[in-house]
Amino acid sequence: MSAKTDVRTYAGFRAMTLLCLFILYAPLVVVTIYSFNASRSLTVWEGLSLRWYADVFVGPESAKFQQAAINSFSIAIIAATVATTIALAAATAIVRGGKFRLRAPSFGLITLPIMVPEIVLAVATLIFFNSIGFTRGYMTILVAHIAFCIPFAYLPIQARMQGIEDTYEHAAMDLYATKAQAFRRILLPLMMPGIISGFLLAFIVSLDDFIITNFVKGAGIETLPTAIFGSVKQGLKPNIMAISTMLLGLSVVMVTISYFASKWDNTK
Amino acid sequence: MAGGAASGGSAASDTYKQARHWLLMPSWLVLGLFVFAPVCVMVIYSFLTKEFRGGVIWEPTLTAYDQFFFDRGLFGDSDPVLQWTYIGIFWRSIWQAGLATILSLVIGFPTAYFIATRPAKTRALWVFLVTIPYWVNLLIRTVSMKFLLRDEGPMNDALLSVGLIGEPLQIVNTNLAVQLGLFYSYLPFMVLPIYASVERYNFAMSEAAADLYATKWTTLRRIVLPAVKPGVIAGCVLVFVPSLGAFLAPDLLGGAKNFMIGSLIEDQFKGNAGNWPFGAAASMILLSMVLVVLILFARQQRRAEAVT
Repeated sequence: MSAKTDVRTYAGFRAMTLLCLFILYAPLVVVTIYSFNASRSLTVWEGLSLRWYADVFVGPESAKFQQAAINSFSIAIIAATVATTIALAAATAIVRGGKFRLRAPSFGLITLPIMVPEIVLAVATLIFFNSIGFTRGYMTILVAHIAFCIPFAYLPIQARMQGIEDTYEHAAMDLYATKAQAFRRILLPLMMPGIISGFLLAFIVSLDDFIITNFVKGAGIETLPTAIFGSVKQGLKPNIMAISTMLLGLSVVMVTISYFASKWDNTK
Repeated sequence: MAGGAASGGSAASDTYKQARHWLLMPSWLVLGLFVFAPVCVMVIYSFLTKEFRGGVIWEPTLTAYDQFFFDRGLFGDSDPVLQWTYIGIFWRSIWQAGLATILSLVIGFPTAYFIATRPAKTRALWVFLVTIPYWVNLLIRTVSMKFLLRDEGPMNDALLSVGLIGEPLQIVNTNLAVQLGLFYSYLPFMVLPIYASVERYNFAMSEAAADLYATKWTTLRRIVLPAVKPGVIAGCVLVFVPSLGAFLAPDLLGGAKNFMIGSLIEDQFKGNAGNWPFGAAASMILLSMVLVVLILFARQQRRAEAVT
């Protein structure tokens, strides 16, 4: 069929798609290129250099960014691990627990953090911590992150579990495996792609968060996004381009892993 | 959205029936204590009296809501006059989020349609390409956008050197910059649901329309669009709702003139305003608006499901 009579294709849609991808990638590509700029100025290009990467690690602001990175990554790892565990347990109950009255409300509660606008959740969490006298600091950030990461870990896990027939577990139990054994030896390995996707999603969401962290963090503690925001508020600087490029690369790597994990079919 | 996903797929079973309440306990505890309870406390705070520097006095009052809509003069004893300051900020937010949604739709629909009509093999790759930027830190994306659009930024440099413009375009600190930022923040939310709808669309209907001498654009308007409407509406809701309460794009790209709800709320807690009950009340109004949109959306989706 020629393009003229093909009812599926429309002239210009390809161009729009390419325009869309251009808008999506142009800012990221430009920042990546300029992060290798030797110049102190953001405007003038003076040739390739790793100067600003060195500046991030040994420059005057390096201590601040290192502490922020340690906070960000430790919070993201702990929050993602705890949230994934909680989400896995909840998904097992909701997908494999039969019909029960608290099922729909439980699902509603789990997805609540993505229904409520982030700024509202930030306000609510700050007010809550304040009213119970929980001093703001590392722990308040961690607890808030665990809570809002749960739905992001939950959704891929639920999707995966719904796609796994329970015949495998029943077969194991027919052969005298206990329920715990059937879960650990059969369901859990089959669930791995969903668990990995859920964990990575929760990890990225935690690492990404600015609004809630900014509200619940105390004075003197920073995560990477709050440190970057604080720095950007003073004006764009080349070392921020370097940090951004590193985080950007990390996100791309993680999302690629997540993509292949979700394609990985180990049920055959 | 919620009801549909919870009803379980074909592989639902009751293998772990006895343990189900224990399995759900951790999520109830964490989410009940750190999400549900805080929202309830926020409701209470919105009806309390503000303390001078942040915090509250436990005296019930409607002052926060009253202050949102009315001006009672410097000493609070004049006759209430409807004032537009805060209503205006909310109105601007709705307007900005709406324009960002339209922009996302205009670019997102052709993209989603194009991807859905690719050969099955390459489709996943296209979807992947559209979603990668979404996983890059939102703050970094917004900063990158600002870097690109700056008066002396690479975009103006490029346009100047090609001679398309005589002097730098001033985009940062305008409404357009905020709309571009919001569009950039949430575009995949527009593309993915539309893509899912178009992928399910039966192209035999387009062929039937063509056989009956409908032009291609008539077919798109009269046959394809009605069929994929649920996806389009889902995309619009998913872009509009987070745009409404966005903070980073208006703050970094819009500047002080383009204040939106997010900045207004932030200012009550982190900024100079320091009026917690008022911030809680503004959050409540935002939350109510979002709930209305989500309820309308859920009803619309149910009706669409009932039809098909």
